[in-house]
Amino acid sequence: MTPRFFRSRLPVSGAVLGLMAMFWFDGVIRSHAQAPGPARISMKDFMFSPVPLTVSAGSTVTWTNLDDEPHTAVSDTGLFRSGAMDTNETFSFKFDTPGTYHFTCSIHPRMVGTIIVR
Amino acid sequence: MSDDKKLQSRRNALRCMAYGGAGTLFALSGGVFSPVDLAIAATDKRGTARLGKPLFVQISDTHIGFNKDANPDVNMTLAQTIDLVNGMTEQPALIIHTGDITHLSKAAEFDEAQQLFSRLRTSEMHTVPGEHDTTDATVTEYFNRFGKASNNKGYYSFDHSGVHFIGLINVLEFKPGGLGTLGSDQLAWVDADLKYRSASTPIVVFAHMPLWTVYEPWGWGTGDSEQLMSRLRRFGSVTILNGHIHQIVQKVEGNMTFHTARSTAYPQPAAGVGAGPGPLKVPADQLAAMLGVTSVSVGKYPGALVLNDTTIARS
Repeated sequence: MTPRFFRSRLPVSGAVLGLMAMFWFDGVIRSHAQAPGPARISMKDFMFSPVPLTVSAGSTVTWTNLDDEPHTAVSDTGLFRSGAMDTNETFSFKFDTPGTYHFTCSIHPRMVGTIIVR
Repeated sequence: MSDDKKLQSRRNALRCMAYGGAGTLFALSGGVFSPVDLAIAATDKRGTARLGKPLFVQISDTHIGFNKDANPDVNMTLAQTIDLVNGMTEQPALIIHTGDITHLSKAAEFDEAQQLFSRLRTSEMHTVPGEHDTTDATVTEYFNRFGKASNNKGYYSFDHSGVHFIGLINVLEFKPGGLGTLGSDQLAWVDADLKYRSASTPIVVFAHMPLWTVYEPWGWGTGDSEQLMSRLRRFGSVTILNGHIHQIVQKVEGNMTFHTARSTAYPQPAAGVGAGPGPLKVPADQLAAMLGVTSVSVGKYPGALVLNDTTIARS
């Protein structure tokens, strides 16, 4: 687990520094990832936003259509599929398993988005 | 000068009028495409008489369920379109709907559309779905009502008045970036369908999304359409009709005439204008001139089909 960089350049303190680095990265992830709970993606001007969206496992993501044109959110793997969302309509899905999930709007397939679940 | 030469000599002069909103008449004869403005055609009885009997009317993008500013009453504009068709002196044998019957694939929207269509004097209607009709994963609502002809596959063919009609579905799979897809199963079916057909048979192909690339950034095309075209090139007269883009765009390639129809519901921007292909809001007094139908007649000569675009502003 100890990064080779530290071990080769600083053989004595490498293990200690490596351990510190692991804690440091862990802290970064905790402070930026959302706790399990609600997260939002908007559909506006034929774009999903934000892309990508990063959430923690157990989060529920809600898509909201802000265009005059209907949109959908359809998983590339078939995991989820909204119906047509008219203006201001929403669709939600709960992500329990870490991974990267790609989706498109089946009405306007150039609209693509990604959700990263940690 | 013969009628033929007369029409062809007008072709260049009138080509620039082909995109006007007042209605344009298109004569396809032996692969030559001759646009004639309706106002001129109406005063040229001899010329238009040879254009023949109306075979079918193409209705497209009715979007029943749409209720935004671009057209708060799509039922009314469809009703006006139906009045226009019902008012034709000679009724067409068929109606072809090139998809987006509904806006959101809802059962109530399909029911309402069928109720409105039932007022057409011509009762024989053939349809293909648009992507707005297939937002439910199983396409249940569309196929429950319109799936019989294709055994719930979405593609099928039939013959009428010596013309071979092929309805195709290109809204279930998409290429990355958004172009429609026909897929290998459907293309294999087209092979079998055309295999023993004589090259002199006039062919009409209809599908929702354009079967040629009108504007790739907005997905206005079909990714594997060239594989379809290679199967159609041997025929002497091929007419390819699509909807989806809510405006008339056309081209001629050899003996193939490509044409997209207006919507009866709302216009869309020209390719690449604005954020995307959403409803285009225009002043209320301009809307009717941007909505309408395409009628197609059988010409005097074998293989000649005539396309005639009319807006509901004329009714």
